[in-house]
Amino acid sequence: MTVWNVDKNAETTTMVITAEFKTSITNVWQLWADPRLLERWWGPPGFPATFEHHDLTPGGTITYFMSGPDGGDRFDGTWNVTEVDAPTRLVVEDAIVEDDGTPSDGNSMTRMEIDIEAAGDTTRMILTTHFDSLEGMEQAIAMGVTEGMKACMSQIDALLAEVAA
Amino acid sequence: MATGETVGQRCPLTSSTGGVIYNHMVVDTREREKQTDRLFFALSDTTRRDIVTRTLDCERSVSELGRLYPISLTAVQKHVEVLVDAGLVSKHRSGREQLVRGEVNQLGRAHELLDGLETVWRSRLERMKDVLNETTGKESE
Repeated sequence: MTVWNVDKNAETTTMVITAEFKTSITNVWQLWADPRLLERWWGPPGFPATFEHHDLTPGGTITYFMSGPDGGDRFDGTWNVTEVDAPTRLVVEDAIVEDDGTPSDGNSMTRMEIDIEAAGDTTRMILTTHFDSLEGMEQAIAMGVTEGMKACMSQIDALLAEVAA
Repeated sequence: MATGETVGQRCPLTSSTGGVIYNHMVVDTREREKQTDRLFFALSDTTRRDIVTRTLDCERSVSELGRLYPISLTAVQKHVEVLVDAGLVSKHRSGREQLVRGEVNQLGRAHELLDGLETVWRSRLERMKDVLNETTGKESE
């Protein structure tokens, strides 16, 4: 069973989400530390994530991309790893990158702090997500869009094609 | 979609507005969900995200936006309408021009975006649980 607690602060554009898993600290850590596991949950259905480079050391980088079923709508992401204390703490900064994969001006950074701790016989994961800007938040949401969105997108594409014809 | 790179640097001298403040009425959960859906939908398209980004700092006319993208002006107008529905931009007429402005109610947007982000993470956590189930067989229920 998973227990949620979500604390959102609009003024500081920060969200703290707490979840509990009935498994060991190590297993939860592996969800982040093993790129093959990470890509099984990071992307929404229909937008699988592929982690190309995964250097989980302070100063290291993690790069990934997500693409839709048709190969279009590719999103690229880069995390700069700032803190690693396996298996309990990880801090990464999510750099916003342009469509061609190059880092943008660096104004929009997202910081994710992951803390993993024992909570009785379960493991608690506390995820603190902080955004420097609303644009960063927009991008994070856009990259996490659900499958239902795909249908909407093809609908509007069809509509636009009709209008443009 | 690759959009123009340096086109957006010029700010027209039309952004003479004061802050627009919206009263945050109490809305029921269903309405909030619908609004989040609209927001998600509006943000699902690269061109629309670009329009929002480019109109946050300064207003731009619809025709000016139309020159930025390799699509018809009508298609740009459609995009703008979707953004208006989501509350991400507002439209104003100035003479013969229709000006588009990124919504300045940043805090209100932040609330909505945080709701969207929560949805994203809830589904990620569900998937995490599934992965744990499959790989360790210990996380259940």
